[in-house]
Amino acid sequence: MATNTAAGGTNLLKLWPWVVVPLVAIVLPFIFDSGHAINLLSHMGVAIIFALSYNMLLGNTGLLSFGHAVYYGLGAFVAMHLLRSINDAGGEGLPLELLPVVGAGAGLFFGIIFGTFSVRRAGVVFAMITLGLGALVHSSSLMFTDFFGGEAGLFGYRDEAPSLFGVDYAPSRNVYFLVVAWTFIAAILIYLLRKTPLGWMANAVRDNPERAQFVGYNPTIVRFIQFALSAMFAGLAGGLFVITDEIVNDEAVNALTSGAVLLGTYIGGIGYFIGPIVGGTLVTFLESSLSTYTEAWVLYFGLMFIAIVMFAPMGLVGIVHTQYLSWKAGGWKGNTGARLYILLTGLVGIFGLICVIELAYHYFRSWDPSAPFALMGVTVDATNALPWLVSFGIAIIGFGLMLFHGNPMLKRKLDAKSDGGKA
Amino acid sequence: MTTRNALELKGVKKNFGRAEIIRGLNLEVHEHERHVIIGPNGAGKSTMFNLISGRMKVSDGSIKLFGNDIHNLPAHKVNRMGLSRSFQVTNLFQNMTVMQNLRCSLLWSEGHKYAFWKSVMGQKAVTERAYELAERLNLTEQAEVPASLLTYAQQRSLEIGCTVASGAKVILLDEPTAGMSRTEANDVIQLIQRMTGENTLVVVEHDLSVVFELADRISVLVYGEIIATGTPEEIRNNAAVQEAYLGTEVH
Repeated sequence: MATNTAAGGTNLLKLWPWVVVPLVAIVLPFIFDSGHAINLLSHMGVAIIFALSYNMLLGNTGLLSFGHAVYYGLGAFVAMHLLRSINDAGGEGLPLELLPVVGAGAGLFFGIIFGTFSVRRAGVVFAMITLGLGALVHSSSLMFTDFFGGEAGLFGYRDEAPSLFGVDYAPSRNVYFLVVAWTFIAAILIYLLRKTPLGWMANAVRDNPERAQFVGYNPTIVRFIQFALSAMFAGLAGGLFVITDEIVNDEAVNALTSGAVLLGTYIGGIGYFIGPIVGGTLVTFLESSLSTYTEAWVLYFGLMFIAIVMFAPMGLVGIVHTQYLSWKAGGWKGNTGARLYILLTGLVGIFGLICVIELAYHYFRSWDPSAPFALMGVTVDATNALPWLVSFGIAIIGFGLMLFHGNPMLKRKLDAKSDGGKA
Repeated sequence: MTTRNALELKGVKKNFGRAEIIRGLNLEVHEHERHVIIGPNGAGKSTMFNLISGRMKVSDGSIKLFGNDIHNLPAHKVNRMGLSRSFQVTNLFQNMTVMQNLRCSLLWSEGHKYAFWKSVMGQKAVTERAYELAERLNLTEQAEVPASLLTYAQQRSLEIGCTVASGAKVILLDEPTAGMSRTEANDVIQLIQRMTGENTLVVVEHDLSVVFELADRISVLVYGEIIATGTPEEIRNNAAVQEAYLGTEVH
């Protein structure tokens, strides 16, 4: 696992992503200016903070949590109650810009309470406790309707709250800029935390808790502080969510939300700081856009997760990073064609697999399987053998070429190269 | 010569279920001395180290470090009171570089605790100490190499470095030369002598030539009891030791 704390020396040139990414984020809503797109962008910001906070546990401290939504959701509910009281007071009270701070405070508070007994052990024990806590809080959310608003949830109005800078938060683009600002602040803070003694010892405790003890650190305390701070950032994301959506219900604390943040963080890459940023963005995008194209989007989501776990445990960022390193070291010379060939055949195989899944979904889920439906722009009948044969054919040819032609070819070229190096 | 005891074990017992591994251990280690523990396999040497360093709880008896009770304290507290150890199997932060390992080992002793408001790389004292240690360990060239890519001998010396770095006055080394060639072992012995200077050293060792080179005093542990303690000369000539451990039959 890459220990990114290695990056020493503050080379100003290395700071370019911290300038470029926010600039791009500010420009985006002017390019994608539909209400839906701007909402989606805001959700991405919230998801990024949430995933970054999750990776403080999983990537940095080696703690696998199945209940991180607890802190996100409780932060959101507390922030929502405050927003409602501001609404009730006729728009007097805390400025809207600072509402996420309240969420963060709530996250920290519950993180400290639940952290005291969650972090005594890492590994399976920790995972099981978080799973139990998640179930506990979610079931409470349906029982204590005064606080959680029951199944309908709670809603408030962001434009009926004061603003620090006199901004009108009715238009969603203004809300988006607030999200960008908070995402930027949270990302910087989480990044800097990795550089501190606590951040270093979190890595140390992840790698070898015993050694950490024999240099004077109590692994439980290291985990506890990391856990509480991580819960704080999750609460911040929850508070921000209240502003973007103006409604919170039990979904904010349920297992699906906990699962989504785990999936997103892992798919992005837990060994890299930008992993959760990529993962959070991608998952939010897929959730919202893929679901408009296909009923099977949850399945694709799961397949992608399985593929990452099995073949690329360092996540999407890890794939790009290793390929980049190999390219930089000249490892692509003479075999770029083979690499592109593997990529291409792989994509063909995935295309075929998608066709098969879509056919199967239509065949088993539709009221009338013989009704014609559009598959990749072609109208087909799922009760016919032909579309099945073609789809399976494409999948088998694609994956077959990749595994039995492309891979051996690349291997031969790499072997030839290393032999040439020796000669 | 000072006669203050750095480490004092009195009637220490440890049993796992019914199996008594340590049965009434008495041991005094003087300050600044190099004390080597020898004994046949299964005599309880590693268990004894685990008890002293807080990795295991004692069933009975007391362990004192500079006069303070340390038995049944968690390992990190024992470490903060001035005792550190190495392991039989290399025990490092494998994914971290040599410098990162040394920095992590220095953080607590330099007083940084769980701070999350200052940068590690900005701590000049830590950086200087880490470089100084790397130089004394002959690992300057490998400073940025991940621990997992070091040679075995280099890993062992880094571990000794981390043990020293944590600011301990009493250092336990569990078979520091295990699995090494003659020349590597000699290097490690020299390293230990160079690194540990004023510290009190307790070493478990199998290799008898190493033992007699390193030790100020030797204790012989057999079946969970110390059967003899003395200078290398005394131990060499002790009849009970010869029978129990050195393999010479006494007629």
